[in-house]
Formats: sequence, structure tokens, C-alpha cells
Amino acid sequence: MFQTTGQAPLRASPTEDKPFGFYDATVDGGWQVPGEPYSSASSAPERTFWWWRARMLGGRTNHWGRISLRNGPYDFKPRSRDGLGFDWPISYEDVAPYYDKVEMLIGVYGSNEGLENTPDSSPGVLQPPPAMRAGEQLAKQRAKKLGLPVIPIHRAVLSERQDAGTIPAKLHPNNPKAQRVLAEAMRQRAACFWATDCGRGCSIKANYQSTTVHLPPALASGNLDVLPDAMVREINVDAQGKATGVTYVDRLTGQDGVVKGRVVVLAASSAESVRILLNSKSARFPQGLANRSGKVGKYIMDTVGARLGGHIPLLENLPLHNEDGAGGAHVYVPWWLYQEQHAGKLGFARGYHIEFGTGRRMPGMGTGAGLDDLTGGSYGRKFKEDVRRYNGSMVSFAGRGEMIPNDDSFCELDPNLKDKWGIPVLRFHWKWSEHETRQAAHMQQTFAAVIEAMGGTVRGKPETDGAKAIEPGGKIIHEVGGTIMGAEAKSSVTNQWGQTWDVKNVFINDGGPFVSNADKNPTLTIMALAWRASDYLLEEMRKGNL
Amino acid sequence: MSTPQRPPHSSMDRRVAIKWMLTAAASAGVFDGVTFGAEKGQGALPKNAVGYGTDPDLLKNYKPGDLWPLTLTAGQRVTAAALCDVIIPADEKGPNASAVGVTEFIDEWISAPYPGHDADRRLILEGLAWLDGEAQKRFGQDFSNLIVRQKTAICDDICYVANAKPDFKKAALFFRRYRDLTAGGYYTTPEGMKDIGFVGNVPSATFAGPPPEVLKQLGLV
Repeated sequence: MFQTTGQAPLRASPTEDKPFGFYDATVDGGWQVPGEPYSSASSAPERTFWWWRARMLGGRTNHWGRISLRNGPYDFKPRSRDGLGFDWPISYEDVAPYYDKVEMLIGVYGSNEGLENTPDSSPGVLQPPPAMRAGEQLAKQRAKKLGLPVIPIHRAVLSERQDAGTIPAKLHPNNPKAQRVLAEAMRQRAACFWATDCGRGCSIKANYQSTTVHLPPALASGNLDVLPDAMVREINVDAQGKATGVTYVDRLTGQDGVVKGRVVVLAASSAESVRILLNSKSARFPQGLANRSGKVGKYIMDTVGARLGGHIPLLENLPLHNEDGAGGAHVYVPWWLYQEQHAGKLGFARGYHIEFGTGRRMPGMGTGAGLDDLTGGSYGRKFKEDVRRYNGSMVSFAGRGEMIPNDDSFCELDPNLKDKWGIPVLRFHWKWSEHETRQAAHMQQTFAAVIEAMGGTVRGKPETDGAKAIEPGGKIIHEVGGTIMGAEAKSSVTNQWGQTWDVKNVFINDGGPFVSNADKNPTLTIMALAWRASDYLLEEMRKGNL
Repeated sequence: MSTPQRPPHSSMDRRVAIKWMLTAAASAGVFDGVTFGAEKGQGALPKNAVGYGTDPDLLKNYKPGDLWPLTLTAGQRVTAAALCDVIIPADEKGPNASAVGVTEFIDEWISAPYPGHDADRRLILEGLAWLDGEAQKRFGQDFSNLIVRQKTAICDDICYVANAKPDFKKAALFFRRYRDLTAGGYYTTPEGMKDIGFVGNVPSATFAGPPPEVLKQLGLV
């Protein structure tokens, strides 16, 4: 029905032009962008940060996994809980109403389970989760014996149509025009048709990405102009130290242009926003804009990642049925050892959640590959039987864990290297602490235990050395920090609304203001904080403060 | 997330950069570090081979040869097709691999101007040459002209790296990679998807989850 891997070059497998496969919705993006280098202060792989960029309208929302987990109460006050890292200047209660609003706006499926530090949404906010796949149900039954809760994951995919009749009034009370525009946009979205990868982008607008869900109503409001292919060089500042707009280079013509504004909001991705601030040097701001604290570029974080696969004989030769579902996983395991960890029993300070890969999915280059230890190297008719037998019997588990900000992980301007437009580029410094590497080793043990509890065997060997198990920094693409928020100007870049302390009409509303990076994937929190900041910004404008 | 193809640009030296690349390629399973001691220059890509770029047309249906020149000579293609069909012959569930374009797909794969593919290119060109050489040595014919029993005699010696005798280790690494590519190429065709029993990729109004007989087989009901 829909395009298959066989219709794409190289069976749609990843290349340097399309690092997530041919059909991935990201174009002009990846860990490398031609003509736009970045550098690493160290040549050691474990000290290197991989910087993903998406040079297109909608940015990383074209690419993300749509996993939408809320930070919990502990996640906003980690230092108070274990003495490490920093507390946010806000608490869960400050953000909770905005989580509700974002979930209603973009459409998130999931369930409320009442688990520790895994917040429930308000009644009526979430859409129903899809049924669990066979392997997910088996994992749920078996992992229970290990104390792991397998529950519906939260993802930004419509499992049913949004209620365009009631949601807009809840999201934009007293604003009839916004309600009308949003209701119209919601009516343009269909529910998931349970086929094709979300990563391809969604022509029926069932999943959330900025280009299909945010931008159409914003354009319909008449209040938005989009200037594509504009790479911002710097923020311009007047004699009083107030921002007046930005200077950009048109990436197609190479010509510079200027956009003026009463307020400048940066949401360029954390590190790109850092780069813009550091490149906005003037006599008044010799260290770069909003950097009197010296904290711009400091405390960058990614997510701890590790994975392990297993072979589950019980899943062999199951009766054929369609397991496509909503593209990604339908379940996950939230962090479940808060009490043991708090009691100091684990040897690392922060938690992780587990993501699943199961089922017979659309065949690709991995289908039938790497089976020789199971098949004894079969070929011919026996091989064809073996491939049918083992297809769908492999499971994979991926851990996504919290990294604690540290002094050795930061970015700065490279003193020599420039991009093709002559704009200085970033140089990254990176280091995992033992909290992260031990967590990665713990993930491996856990995955092996789950695979064995499912009656299976690990493919390969669980990696007991956390430093080897952990994925490189930046590989999980949960880049946050670098312009952290705080309660005081001397130790942070922005206040709780992402407003920079030094230049009050400059806001940062990407992941830069994150002061911790809970295991919960950051996009939902970025959006909730951006909405909260926008309410504040509007109020400040109304009051004449901006 | 899948494996990135290249390390970040940096001031790191070439040695480190190559190490990064090999690590990335190895984890993607595309580089076995094998050479058969081929003549220098064999398997160099044509200079006009370029990739599809960072913003390719996603709506088009592509065929091998559409994007970059293919590599195999007529003779190599015959050997390649014969090996494809030894690995995936026709049976009651589906056709043989060469009948659905897998030979051409392997040619596309080894001709691709991307990191990792160059190692496969070398491995496979040298492996195909070895296969014909071995067939000549044992039976006085090229591989494609052997009868099934003769083909099997050779393939049995190289089909499993863990059991291959030292003299056949390199050929076994070639065979392993070739089997993976043949399988990937075959099961991604409509016929291959039918063969393996893939019933997804169709729109539906609801997602019901597994049917009762599946849950029963798993002991979940």
C-alpha cells in the first residue's frame, strides 16, 4: 500500500546523507552538515560530543520519536534529593498545567498509572493507548516477576481524532480567534491509520511535528511570517544594551539580512542558541550576549543510552498478524528503583526508562541477517525456513537515562574554525561521570534479566563495563543545557521563563535552559516551558515591561 | 536510533578519524576487516559516483543504476546471481533471489559511494573471484556452471565462519556478508515480504493487537 524499503536506494538503509534511513523526514541534517563543521577539544571517542542538527523548517520535530514523558516532582529538584547537579527554580506544580495544555494541543496517547515520579495527566487529557503487541505483552507478564512495571508509553500520535469542539476553548480561554483557528487546524488532523513509520513524517497529521501541527494554525492567524533558510549570525543590540533584532545569512544566496523585533526568542536548539549568543559580541558584551555569568555554553547534557537485543524462542512461528501499530513502541518501563537508589544501594544517582523493540515489522536490511549462530550457517531452503522462524522472535531494549550536568561537559567558540559563511563554530568538551557509566552497565544487567525472564537468550553478551556500554555523547540527540535557568543572575543565564538576566528582551525557549536532563525525553518539557514563558512574555508586554 | 555514518568533524587526526569510522561501520555490521590480498586498484569507484544528497526525492521509486553507476561485469553478474540462488532458492513460499532483482540490488549496494560500502565492494568482488577460482580448482568450471551438489560442496565449507577451516576463513566471511545482503535484498521485495509473511503496511481504522490464538500460544490467556 505505502512505499516499501525495496523502493528506496539501498533498501532505505542509513547513509551519511540520510543517517536515519532514506525515508527519514529530516533533510539537510545529521551529525555532519556539509560546510558547517564543529570541533571536539579531545580526540578520544569517549570525550567527543556528536552534534545533531536539522537544517529545515520544523527542526528536530521532523525527526523525534514522539515519546512524550513528563518530568516528575523529583526531576525539578534533583539537588535537594541527592545533593548532585542543580535544582530548577520551578517545581512540577508550576509546569503541570502546561503539560496538560501541550498534551491536549499536540495529542498524546498513554495512560495514568499513579507511579512514583511518573506523573498522571489531568482527567480527559490523554488519548487512549493502542493495544500492546504480542512481545510487549509477554515482556509485561515476565518483567513483573522482576519488579519492572511495563505500562503504556506516552507518544504524540492521535489514536483518535481530537475534540475540536471543546479543546480550543480550554487552551485559549477568552480568545475567540485563537479558538477558531485552532479548531480548524484540529479538524485537519486524522487519527493514526496504524501503518508506516512516524519518522517519515505524517501526511494525515496524526502525529505531532511542528510543520503539520504548529505552523498551519500559526500561519492562519495572520501573525506569523516564516523566513526559511535564514541562518542567524548574531543578535543585534542598541546603545542601551537592548536587543533590536538579528542579522542572518541567507543560506541559498549567502547575502546578509536583518530582522527587527521588540523581543528576540531563541529556539535554535540548545547548542546553536549558545553559538548565537557567543557570536553576539560587542563592546558592551565582550564575552558574548547574556553571558555576564560566564555560564553560556556550560552544563550541556545528553541522555545516557545503551541497548541490548535478545532472541525469544516463544515468539518464533507465531500466527501471522499485523504488528505495525503506531510506528514506535506501545509500552515502556518507567524508572522503578527510586527508593533503592535514594537509599544508596545502586552506585549511581539517577534513573532510566526502558524502550522496547518487538514484533514483525517491515523487512529491511536486518531481516535474515546475522543468524548464523542460531542456524549453524544455513543457506538454501533451510535458510528460508530459518528466516521465517526467527522473524519476529528478536526483541531489543534501549535504556534512556539521566545525565548529571558536570564542569567537563560544555561548548565554546572554536578559536580558529569557521563555517562556510565565516561564522565561528562550536568546540565541544565532553565527559561522562561514573553516575552515567554505572547506569549504562545497570541497564545491560536489567535487559539481560528481562530477556532471560522471557525465556530467551541475549544476542551477544551484556556489556559489564559501563564505559563501553554507553553510547557517545550526543548520539541520543537529547541535547539540553548550555543556557541554564536559575534563581540568581550570577550562576545562571536565564530566569525561570527563559528570559536572559542580562538582556531582558532576549528569551531562550529550546532545551538550553534545562538545568537537569531527567530520563524523560525532553521535547514535551521544552514545549510546556515555552508555553509558560510565552504567557509571561505576553503579560510583560501588556504591562509595558518589554 | 541507528548508527551514524561518520564522526563529527574535528581537529582530530586522521588515525583517530579512521578509527571512528571503522567503529561506526563495524557496529552497523558492514565491515569485516577482510581482504583477500587483491590487486591494488581493484574495486575503485568511478569518479562520477555521487550519493543522492541530503534532500533526495522521496516519492520516486528507485532502481539499481538510477543513482550511481553499477560495478559488476557480465561475468561477475552470472556468478553473483548463482550464489544468490544457492542462498535463496525458489520454494513453495517464494521465488529465488535472482528472479526478483537481488543480484542488481547487490550491485547497487557495492557501488554506493558511501562509507562502509567500499569495504563490502572489495569483499564481494574478491569473494566472487575466489568462488569461480575454487570452482575451477575443484570441478574445472565456473561456479554458475556447477551442478547443485558441486555448489553445495563449496558452500558447505564456507557457510559458517565459526566452523570454517583456516584456509576457508576469509571466504566464509565473504559468504556471511553475501548471505546478509541477499536476505536483505530479497525480503524487501514484494515477493520476499509475502514469503516471510509480512502482513503490515496497510491502513486500518483500528489497531486490535494480537489475535487470541497468538496470546494462547504465548500462554497469556
